[in-house]
Amino acid sequence: MDEIYKKLTKVFREVFDDDSIVLTPETTADDIEDWDSIEHINLIAAVEDAFGMRFQMREVSGMKNVGEMVQIIKSRI
Amino acid sequence: MLQALAYPFDSPELLRHRKQYRRQLLEDGSQRITKRIAVLGGSTTSDIVSMLELFLLNEGIAPEFYESEYAQYWQDAMFPNERLAEFAPDLILIHTTCRNITEFQQDLTLPEEACREAVLRQYQKLEVMWDKLTETYHCPIIQNNFEFPGYRLLGSADASDPHGLTNFVTELNRMIYAYARSHAQFYVHDLMSLAASYGLDRWADPSYWYLYKYPMSLQAIPEYAYSLTRVIRSIYGKNKKALVLDLDNTLWGGVIGDDGQAGIEIGQETAQAQGYAEFQQYLKAHQQLGVLLNICSKNEPENAELGLKHPESVLHREDFLAVEANWEPKDQNVLKIADQLQLLPDSFVFVDDNPAERAIVRGQIPGIAVPEIGEVTDYIRVLDHCGYFELTSYSKDDAKRNEMYRDNLRRSQLQKQFASYTEYLESLEMQAQITDFLPVYLPRITQLTNKSNQFNLTTRRYTESEMQAVADSPDYIRLCGRLRDKFGDNGIVSVVIGEKQGTRLDIVLWLMSCRVLKRDMELAMLDTLVEQCQTQGITSLHGVYLPTAKNKMVAGLYDSFGFTKQSETPEGRTDWTLDISTYTKRNHVIRINQEGETEHG
Repeated sequence: MDEIYKKLTKVFREVFDDDSIVLTPETTADDIEDWDSIEHINLIAAVEDAFGMRFQMREVSGMKNVGEMVQIIKSRI
Repeated sequence: MLQALAYPFDSPELLRHRKQYRRQLLEDGSQRITKRIAVLGGSTTSDIVSMLELFLLNEGIAPEFYESEYAQYWQDAMFPNERLAEFAPDLILIHTTCRNITEFQQDLTLPEEACREAVLRQYQKLEVMWDKLTETYHCPIIQNNFEFPGYRLLGSADASDPHGLTNFVTELNRMIYAYARSHAQFYVHDLMSLAASYGLDRWADPSYWYLYKYPMSLQAIPEYAYSLTRVIRSIYGKNKKALVLDLDNTLWGGVIGDDGQAGIEIGQETAQAQGYAEFQQYLKAHQQLGVLLNICSKNEPENAELGLKHPESVLHREDFLAVEANWEPKDQNVLKIADQLQLLPDSFVFVDDNPAERAIVRGQIPGIAVPEIGEVTDYIRVLDHCGYFELTSYSKDDAKRNEMYRDNLRRSQLQKQFASYTEYLESLEMQAQITDFLPVYLPRITQLTNKSNQFNLTTRRYTESEMQAVADSPDYIRLCGRLRDKFGDNGIVSVVIGEKQGTRLDIVLWLMSCRVLKRDMELAMLDTLVEQCQTQGITSLHGVYLPTAKNKMVAGLYDSFGFTKQSETPEGRTDWTLDISTYTKRNHVIRINQEGETEHG
């Protein structure tokens, strides 16, 4: 689990070009300034690329926070 | 220049680090030309625009963007649009894809005539839009052709049967090309080949359409943006001009110094040999585009000659301008070649199989292109995808460029035989034709304004429509100069534009091609300009020098002409004036506008 958060944090920091980002299961788009619907597309692709998996379409629009994202990643790898 | 943005790039990596690269580019302190680009999209365009921004910044173009609301490309163009009018685009990109086809009906019972009419309706919808945009904004337009659809209901017959969407797309594209051939400032971006080369199945990943309304997969967007960048940099005269090629394991297989002429691989004998032969053919074809071929090789000169004399060699000594075969560091040889050809080092592409040589040249010469060319089986593909020499306008001069530069090299040999420089200039028997802008020269004149960096006082760029407006206006005195000598015709090499302000002429543009440096052509231009002014009651000239990173060579030009300096700003801008009521001619070596001179081919 910690490994996933570590890797995911790196992806978030790269996509948003912000090294101060710290992820918790409760982190949502509201907590990260540049996380809008446009950057969401990039974020999803970068996460898929980093973990070598694909989200299903319903998951992409259904994730409520980082915790849910991590659950999906965990079930897929 | 960021190496991460050079082809072949890692698309997922680029997408992930976009913000970081953008920040680095904006902080690198390089000079860029600003261009206002309107993106009229038939689908989501946000990532396309942000990727395009990266690539353009890397090419010295700082873009400002207008994006249409989602899928409003046609409405934006056809109806009064204050926001777009206020934006005043320099360039319009129409981003449409197969997903925007509205007139195709999947109906096998339709008569063929109806199928053809549907294509025509789709085409006309586009045509009225292009006409309207041209009429309203007078700027270049880039339009995608249509890529093949992601599936084919009729299988192979989809391509040949008028009821197939593939056939519809093919016919539609044909009509788009016909429009492009008859409209100078209309450019087709070849999305069809791009998507095919990327792989249609990967390209048309439908989840990106369903989720985000992207007609292509997100990972394909960097490729798409780079492909557009190639067209844009060509329109703005930022193509490369010359190739510097290594010999051993680049133009042939093996090392000529060790293997001997009989031992190198070139021709049809082995698989490797065929690879090098095809690469040589590909390079040779570049001469038609006006690309100058040169050699830089660590070899004894006689071995280099020997390799090029191989009976199977496609390229021969006379195909190359400069040949530097010696043991000096390659970056120094490249600079030497640039100097001989009087081109800026950043207009070169350096091709070498040795990664160490690539690294030193890349590290020592800012702005030079050094592609990671891989193995001989990759050479053509990599160079081709890099698109350094993308063709968007073609003048007769392009085809003759190798010849002209060769003449130049012969001239500099001749120069060594004369006692004085004036004697040498006289021996060239130079004749200039200096006239107002003739319509036939307008494309070349515009091309020069976008390409000339060094001998250019104001570095003002013009699009073809802006230049047309200058050519049609009574408020300007315009001169374009063509220079011939006993070795050949240099074509149009100098352009001057002055704006009339009562009895004063403001010189807004003064440029000259570096291929005729130190030939007194600038004096011939000045003489003619003064003559024109005097017949129109103008008594003084006002000139400006605007410094850039590249035009230091003309900082003192007006001074050398005898102008008086009026002012100088901290940024280095200088203003100059010359009273022309008592002007004496400066040029004594070029005959100007003499009737009956012989036409050279």
